[in-house]
This record gives sequence, structure tokens and C-alpha cells, in this order.
Amino acid sequence: MSAHADTHATDDDHGHHHKETFVTKYIFSQDHKMIAKQYLVTGTIMGVIGVLMSMMMRMQIAWPEEPNVLFEALLGKWAPDGVMDADIYLALVTIHGTIMVFFVLTAGLSGTFSNLLIPLQIGARDMASGFLNMVSYWLFFLSSVIMVISLFVEAGPAAAGWTIYPPLSALPMAQGGSGMGMTLWLVSMAIFIASSLLGSLNYIVTVINLRTKGMSMTRLPLTIWAFFVTAIIGVISFPVLLSAALLLIMDRSFGTSFFLSDIFIQGEVLHYQGGSPVLFEHLFWFLGHPEVYIVILPAMGLVSEILASNSRKPVFGYRAMIASILAIAFLSTIVWGHHMFISGMNPFLGSVFTFTTLLIAIPSAVKAFNWITTLWKGNLQMNPAMLFSIGFVSTFITGGLTGIILGDSALDINVHDTYFVVAHFHLVMGISALYGMFAGIYHWYPKMFGRMLNKNLGYIHFWVTAVCAYGVFFPMHFIGMAGLPRRYYTNSNFPLFDDLANVNVIITMFALIGGVVQIVYLYNFFISIFYGKKAVQNPWKSTTLEWTAPVEHMHGNWPGAIPHVYRWPYDYSKPGYDVDFVPQNIPLKDGEEELQH
Amino acid sequence: MTALLTIIVLVFILIAIWQMVKIFDLAQAKNENTTAGVATDKDNTMNGYLMMGFLAFIYIITIVCFVKYGDLPLMSNSASEHGQTIDSLMVITMIVIFFVQTVTQFLLHYFAFKYKGEKGKKALFFADNNKLEAIWTIIPVIVLAGLIIYGLNAWITIMGVDESEDPLIVELYAQQFNWKARYGGADNTLGKANVRLIDIDRANILGLDESDLSAQDDVITTELHLPVGRPVLFKMRSQDVLHSAYMPHFRAQMNCVPGMITQFGFTPTVTTADMRETPQMQEKITRINKIRVEKSEKLLAKGEEALERYEFDYLLLCNKICGKSHYNMQMKIVVETQEEYDAWVKEQKEFKNSLIN
Repeated sequence: MSAHADTHATDDDHGHHHKETFVTKYIFSQDHKMIAKQYLVTGTIMGVIGVLMSMMMRMQIAWPEEPNVLFEALLGKWAPDGVMDADIYLALVTIHGTIMVFFVLTAGLSGTFSNLLIPLQIGARDMASGFLNMVSYWLFFLSSVIMVISLFVEAGPAAAGWTIYPPLSALPMAQGGSGMGMTLWLVSMAIFIASSLLGSLNYIVTVINLRTKGMSMTRLPLTIWAFFVTAIIGVISFPVLLSAALLLIMDRSFGTSFFLSDIFIQGEVLHYQGGSPVLFEHLFWFLGHPEVYIVILPAMGLVSEILASNSRKPVFGYRAMIASILAIAFLSTIVWGHHMFISGMNPFLGSVFTFTTLLIAIPSAVKAFNWITTLWKGNLQMNPAMLFSIGFVSTFITGGLTGIILGDSALDINVHDTYFVVAHFHLVMGISALYGMFAGIYHWYPKMFGRMLNKNLGYIHFWVTAVCAYGVFFPMHFIGMAGLPRRYYTNSNFPLFDDLANVNVIITMFALIGGVVQIVYLYNFFISIFYGKKAVQNPWKSTTLEWTAPVEHMHGNWPGAIPHVYRWPYDYSKPGYDVDFVPQNIPLKDGEEELQH
Repeated sequence: MTALLTIIVLVFILIAIWQMVKIFDLAQAKNENTTAGVATDKDNTMNGYLMMGFLAFIYIITIVCFVKYGDLPLMSNSASEHGQTIDSLMVITMIVIFFVQTVTQFLLHYFAFKYKGEKGKKALFFADNNKLEAIWTIIPVIVLAGLIIYGLNAWITIMGVDESEDPLIVELYAQQFNWKARYGGADNTLGKANVRLIDIDRANILGLDESDLSAQDDVITTELHLPVGRPVLFKMRSQDVLHSAYMPHFRAQMNCVPGMITQFGFTPTVTTADMRETPQMQEKITRINKIRVEKSEKLLAKGEEALERYEFDYLLLCNKICGKSHYNMQMKIVVETQEEYDAWVKEQKEFKNSLIN
């Protein structure tokens, strides 16, 4: 343990006071803690929109073509007499996916916790560049606003699926949503990518440069490792999506043929020649697949930290956990082709991607076993954050295992694009990442707002959500294996699927209950900001540095010198101590060995 | 009005929950001297038991799904030669998955119950064990190696096209929102085609090259007929956007991509008539018709038409989002004996005779 990070953070009191106005404190803030909260609140609002959309989709699937007051109220002209229109169904599919994947689980999750925890856990006064950080948030805000505006354009929002495969997304005559709606979608995403890149660069630079004295890379909490690696994947893969979006804009507006060729539509031959939609698929999934790890890795980091802290035990296999994060990150960039087994690409390429894809199961399995072993012989404190973390491991296993089927090209043939896929990815990255996010919110809420969330509301929130998540997605595998394609507005044109209708009704019931119970959480979240019980400095008795900072937020995080670090972050229940946790800033006792981890 | 009432009810439910929680909080605060908002021993015990309850819930939902919906998955009734390989690989993979799922979920939830926190207890300081980690790295490696080898073998066999078997060549042609099939005719060769040659006025709807001799006897149909036992090689085309030709009963799927020709081959092994007779299909047909009769009664009561009786047919579905009527883009597939097939082909019009001059 000799490698000390060179630290630029000055040890002396940093609390020189600028005059802060309302605008600089709450709106154009450069303070990482405020920016984290801004990300969280924006992400929450987008999440409410995304979840509402999924509720409407589920109701449409369960009771197709039946009038519904909710449709009439929310969809307006898209639901004449309360009957949902087929075009708007596809738009809901598209925008729900886009919002949940990018705006909630990327920006909402990574944006919130990377911003909040990186400076606090590595012992820095703030991000490397507070200004870029602010710009990053406001670009995200702008892209959210544009995405929401796109819901209201005349011909309807983008409706080509969140993967926006051309030619459907490229030709306004192919679909109403491929006009103005798609233009706004592309603009919004381009801005989103800029925001994400600024954020990621900032996280990387901060972690590399601003660690406090003693905080070597092998003393970083797993949260920071996860955020750091996530940011690297983001920087590698997001620019590729940006290029795909730009080329698509060229095809749409300037008549180029990057993705289009030989098209006859609505009675006329179009001029496009020589492009290929398969090229777009490659570019899209070169981001698209790493993206699911951009979503899940931060959740894994949060969960590792929370499991250790609440088990009062070191996280099991710290080094293996870091190695598996790195392995997953590396593999995530060479598996994108498993989304394209039947796209028409060379079957040999399919074999290669099957191989790399199934390899990812190995580091994932190591992580799952290590989490379970972390619980073994622990002294588990069942706080809501802990429940969501255990729930995370459960849904990650259930959802992850079916990945072995989908990643196997031969098996993928028959379940590709069915509800089996929907069930798989919702469990393994949707529900799991949401659980990770909830766990993080319950755990760090006192750090963010200086107050506690109500734990009993938290218990209600978790248990109802947990039951509903399995109730929705477990039976869904079966209708997928029965061959039911996803993204169908109604299945009533296929008598073949008539016997799946009752399963769909059950799924919808669970989905509605699961959706409504989130109100309990929202209520808890917003009420507790003002009326929650006052938090103490270290409510969960954790070892990491953020809990050595005062409850009241201040610019620069610590009133005096930044604490130095003398040990790894998981000294829970260490023999030789009366207390069951030893914070990172406590020096080793005479003769005490820092664990050779 | 209904919406307003629903909102009011929801608000009342929330207020009720809040009040109950408050009472609970107050009762707890009196009894125990703890930090606000942090789990107490009582919470640990309650949630520990709930964890075991949840484990039971996972097992129950698994069992219920298998008992109630176990006959829904397409896993034992494949109507193509390679389908059997896929089905057995699927079964093996499922067994592996369910074994792992059952064991890991048990360990996770049982540990959560067994080691629920108590005041004054100290956890075991257990940070690392290379042997254990090596074991659970190596076991997945071995299991996955087996699955990968099996899977890749299957994949290569399925995707490899054996031209020496003289497969029947059929083009599947996709457009918003229907399917066409094109047969090569007597020479079993598809004539050249490009969407640029489409001439709706002359009924050249697939853009066949009229000057190509092998196009003259091509046959374009709206139903897909296949002789049983003969390998078929499908050539897929699309004229507008991406579509996907999904034939679930044959375990076959391939995207149709504008600007390129994709392909997928298989050998149908069960005729439509035989498939209808299998006990499993009989059961499914009865089940579906029961549902349709119930639905029809409701429709009749409303003064609408009753639903037709369902009879099983193989289907080709579109399985790639393609626009407004994506949900209704299908084509009937008929697998029949060679004689029936020959008779059907004879009735079809050849391309050269279908043109309007």
C-alpha cells in the first residue's frame, strides 16, 4: 500500500464564501451535490412519464380496442372515444424505451450518483470541472424538454421503436412518427449524448486526479470503480451512436444513402442506392449493448456498497469484484452482434458473437456469487436500501439466466423479438437497475437532503414492487416462448394467440398495482424533503468518506481539511475493534495489518 | 368523472397509508431508543421472514406458471427438421437455468433470513477466499463451454445451406403490410428482380425483370404452400422497411432487408393436416375455441358478429416493427403432400400470364 494518489485538493479550509444567490445555488449551480439532486428530480419526472406510458401499453394489450378513460384523458386525439390508435401505441413503445433507458437509467441513475458520490467518496472538494458539470446537466435538461415536446407534434412522436431502425425511421411516408417526431427525437438524443460525454469525461478526470491522500485505486469503494468504468464505456460507445444519428439525419434531410437502398413505397421508387440498414444496426448496437452495462454497472456498484454496509461485513472478493467490472466492461464492447443474429449478417459473425456473449456470464456469475457470500454470516440490517439490494441480486439472477438462451444464436432464432426478450431485459436491466437506483436513493437520501426517508413506507414500496415485478415478468417468458411477437398493438388478429389473452390480463393487473405503488415512493420522497426526520451524520454506520462530511451541505464538502485515507473501504466487523465499522479515515492501529486485498 | 373518482380514491388510500405508518412510527419510537429511520431488530426479523416468504413466492409463481402455462411454449412440437435440435438445446439450457435459479435464489433469500441482524451480534470478517472464487469461476466456464459448443454446432448446421439437396427455392417478399411468396416455377430458379422494375399498372408488383427468361414461369402467391419433407430455401426481400419473416412452428426467422437478399432454409416435417391431429394441438384448438365461444356470446349480446371457429394453420408473422399495421401482417402457410402441392402449383398463374399488357 504505498501508491498514494497525487492529490491536487488543498488540505486547508476551502470554505471561502461566495455570495450565493437563489439562481447560483438552485438553478445554475456548479456544486456537485446540487447537480446530483437536479439529475435525480429530472430523472424522476421523466420516470413518471415513462412508467405512465408502460401502464397505458399494458392496458391496451390486456383489453385491446376497448374504450379507456385514461387513454381519453392522456392521449387526446390519439384515442378517439377512448380507443387507442395503433400509431400512438408504437409511439408509446418507442418513447417508453427511450425515456427509461436513457433519461431515467442513464442520466437519472449515473448522473445522480456519480455526481453525488465521486467527490464525496474519493475525498475531493468538487468535480474536476464544476462548470462542465453544470453544462452537462443543462444539456440533459434541454434534451429532456425536447423529448417531451416531441410528444406533442402534429403527426405524432417517433414510433419506430427505441432502436429507430431505418428505413422505417428515415422515411416520413413509412409512418407518421417518422416526420417531425423523429427529427426531434434525433436532436434530443444528440444533445443527450453531448451531455453524457461531458459528464463522463468529468467523472474520469475527477477519479484519476482528485483522490485524497491515501486513496489509492485499490482503496476506492466499488461504487467509484463502477462509475469510473461506466464513464469509460460511455466515452467509447456514445460517440458511435452520435455518428449513427448524424448519418441518419443526413439520409432523412439531405438525400444521402448511408442506410437506404432500393426502396419502393407508396407507389414510387425512391432514389436511394447502395446503403444498408444493417450498417445502422451495427452502429446502433455498438452503443446499444454497452448501454445496458452503462445502466447496470452503476447499480452494481451501489448494491455492492449497500450490501456490505448493511451486512456489517466486507464485500466478499473486493479484487474479484473490480476484475469482473473490468471484464464486463471489456466484453460489453464486443458482443453487440447478438442483437443481430437474424439481421442478415453473415452467420459466421453470429458464431463469434455467441461466443463472446456467453463469456459475459462468467464475470456476472462471479459477481452474483460474491454478493450472496457477502450476506453469509453477516449481521443484516434490513433497511429499505438493503431490501432493494437483495431484490437487485434476485432479479439480476432471474433475468440474467435467460440471457444464456438469448445469447445462444441457435436458440435466439425462435425467441428473437418475442415477449421472451421483453421479459429478459426488463428483469436484468430494467427492474434490476431501478432497484439499484431505489437502493441508492434510500441509502444516500440523508446525504442528499439531510433527512431520512420513512422506512415503513419504504418497506411497503419494496415488497409490493418486488411481488409485482415477478408477477409481471415471470409469466411473460411463457407467452414469449409461445411465439408472441412484441410491439403488436393487439393480438386479436391471431386466433392462435387467443389462449395467451388471460395471461396478459394477469400481467397487466400486476403492472398496474406495481405502477400505482410507486406513488407511495414519490410521496415519501417529496414529503420527506421537508418533513422527514432529521438525519444524523452517519446513520448507517458506514466506513466511506461521504459520511465524515457534515449533514448540512457546504461548498467544498468538508469544513476543515479533507480527511486522509488509511485503509480500504470495507472494514466492517474487523477483529480487534469494539465497534463494527472502522471508517477509512481512521489510521491503522499499531501492528494492525491492512488486509491484503 | 370516473377519472376524478379514481384520483380521489387514490388520495384517500395514500392518506390512510400515511396515517397508519405514522401510528406505527409512534408506537415504535416509544418502545425503542434508536436512530430515526434506521431498521430496528424488529424490522430485521419481520423482513427476514418476509424474505423467506418471498422465496416461497418465487418458487410458487414458477410452479404455477409451469403447470398453467407449461404447454404454451413452443418446445416439443416443432414442424421442421432442425427444429428438433433447437428444442432439445432449449430443454437442456432450461434445465441448467432452473437448477441455478433454484439454488441461488434459495441461498440469497435464506441467508437474508438466517443472518438477519440483531443488536450486539458481530458479523464474520470474511473478505476473501481464492479457492471459493476459483470454484465459482471455473464451474460456469465448464457449463458454458458445453452450451457454447452445442449451440454453435446447431447454429452452423441450421444456417448452412446445402445446395446439393436441391432445395425448393421460394422468395418471401415483404411490404407494408403483407407478404407475398414467389416460386421459381418449373426451373426452380427465381427470375431477376428489383423494386425499381415495379410496374403497378402492368401488375408487375414484385419488380421482376421481364427480359429474364427464368422469370417467365415464376409464380407469385399470397399463401405459402410447402411440400412436406423437401428442403426449402427461402430468399427474403423487402420493398420498403425492415420486416422479419417469423415462422414460429418451424423455429425459423430471418429479417427482410431493403436492398439485400437474406436467406433461411429448413425442411418441413409435418403437414398441416397431421399437425392438426396431434393431441397437443387438439387440446390447444379446443382451448382456444372455448375462449372464442365465450367471447362470441358477449359480442352477440352487444349485437355484433360472432367470431369464427378457430382451426389451426401454420403462420408467417412479421416480427420486426414496420409501421401502423405491423400487428396484422401475416400469411398462411400450408404444408402438404407432394401431390397436393403439385396440384396447387398447377392452379397458379405464371408471371408471364399475369402481366397486363
